Amino acid sequence: MTEAATVHSKRRITNLVMTSLTAICAVFATTVLLIILGFIAYQGISSISWEFLTDTPKPVGEGGGIGNAIVGSAMMTLLAAIIGLPVGIAAGVYLAEFGKNWYGNTIRFIADTLIGVPSIIIGIFIYTVVVMPMGRQSGLAGGLALAIIMIPIVARTTEEMINLVPNSMREGALALGAPQWRVSWNIVLPAAMSGIATGAMLAIARITGETAPLLFTALNSRFYNFYYDQPMSSLTVQIYNFATGPFEVEHAMAWAATLLLVGFILFINIIVRYLTRKKH
Amino acid sequence: MQSKISIKDLDFFYGKEQALFNISLEIPEHEVVAFIGPSGCGKSTFLRTLNRMNDTIPIASVSGQVIIDGKDIYAPGTDVVALRRKVGMVFQKSNPFPKSIFENVAYGIRINGIHSDREDMNRRVEKALRDAALWDEVKDRLTTSAFGLSGGQQQRLCIARALAVQPDVILMDEPASALDPIATQKIEELVVELKKDYTIVIVTHNMQQAARVSDRTAFFMLGKLIEYNPTQKMFTNPDEKLTEDYITGRFG
Repeated sequence: MTEAATVHSKRRITNLVMTSLTAICAVFATTVLLIILGFIAYQGISSISWEFLTDTPKPVGEGGGIGNAIVGSAMMTLLAAIIGLPVGIAAGVYLAEFGKNWYGNTIRFIADTLIGVPSIIIGIFIYTVVVMPMGRQSGLAGGLALAIIMIPIVARTTEEMINLVPNSMREGALALGAPQWRVSWNIVLPAAMSGIATGAMLAIARITGETAPLLFTALNSRFYNFYYDQPMSSLTVQIYNFATGPFEVEHAMAWAATLLLVGFILFINIIVRYLTRKKH
Repeated sequence: MQSKISIKDLDFFYGKEQALFNISLEIPEHEVVAFIGPSGCGKSTFLRTLNRMNDTIPIASVSGQVIIDGKDIYAPGTDVVALRRKVGMVFQKSNPFPKSIFENVAYGIRINGIHSDREDMNRRVEKALRDAALWDEVKDRLTTSAFGLSGGQQQRLCIARALAVQPDVILMDEPASALDPIATQKIEELVVELKKDYTIVIVTHNMQQAARVSDRTAFFMLGKLIEYNPTQKMFTNPDEKLTEDYITGRFG
């Protein structure tokens, strides 16, 4: 009886210790994130102004802003999304609906490898095949690099979301005499749409924060540039330049730009949370 | 007796595993035929060979003949899409599409291009829902999601969906196994009603259900057809000892 009680209390203590340990780790993980966010907000908020959001960078001491970087980031993300979303989603549909063969497995393996490739390597690749032949860095090259990063992510999330659609729904449509492509197109895809949209948003958030692939592809520009064949500024590269500069004013602007970028990514994540909550 | 479907020497394999052994069976037009047997006996697999639903399983293979209206559906060049329009199916678990009630029924009509205009579509959807004894319950909320219906209503919606494409044959794979007794009764009444216009093959675990709704019953065990007789005879004076043992609940 007493032995059983001892075992029992020992178990309870182990349970308590382990639960506390995981709870502490959870608190630690989120605290670090909160500290980072708080620090960025604290450092960045004071430099954000209308001028900062709309003006172009000026020589140190004359103010200026990152309006051109905001436009550049938006344009390159847009280009990447226009190429990356349709290709990625179509590839994901293929993998999920028709890809249970060696060809599908090969594509899947390549996509997973591509997701793991450091993004600077994508930048070097685009530098070789786009920048060198064109003779200059450009928004086009930057957008393409981002698209390449985006495609495998979108493809794999799309595939996973489609795999979640119950097979019974496919069979229901097939049993009505629907050809396979119509089943995929107007039953499976709509059923998986909210999940696919979530994946797409997260992929966009991910590429907006990329710096390395833009360094040699889009380079940077001190001016507003609305042409894809010219070097283009982006928030991330601008942050890099500000942060590596020698002046305190530049550092302050780097913080402010970081705040903007993090705010945007946070905003997308909140939208995603909202979209997925409505479902369940 | 006029055979709607005649199955000759059908063997079925999942890879190297044989699931059905040399099955031959005649299914007359405008009758209800019930398939009974213990779980895993191959009755669902057999049902799914009748509209080639097993084609979706890559490792499945079939030999023998399934002749519907004089044509072997496993002959090369068979239009599987047309076959499935003619041989409708209702599944064990109701599987409405994530669409409105109206669109669920309209889907099959639309993909097969059966309707002539919008009004014709409305008429066809209404008729299908009436035939499935669901119209009165849903007529005021046709545009709402099909997922808002109860389990029994969803299953009748799936029946309406199958009826809407005007099949000749309806295959039902344990259509009432997930439903409560009242919903089950409605489905059973429906089956008897639908017999006038359709040939129905129904898989069931429920012996009483087979006795109530079917004209003929086929008893399967371990992938073999043990006995096939008029239901009346099957449940009162079966030819085979195994059938009797199963029906009386001596194993199963």
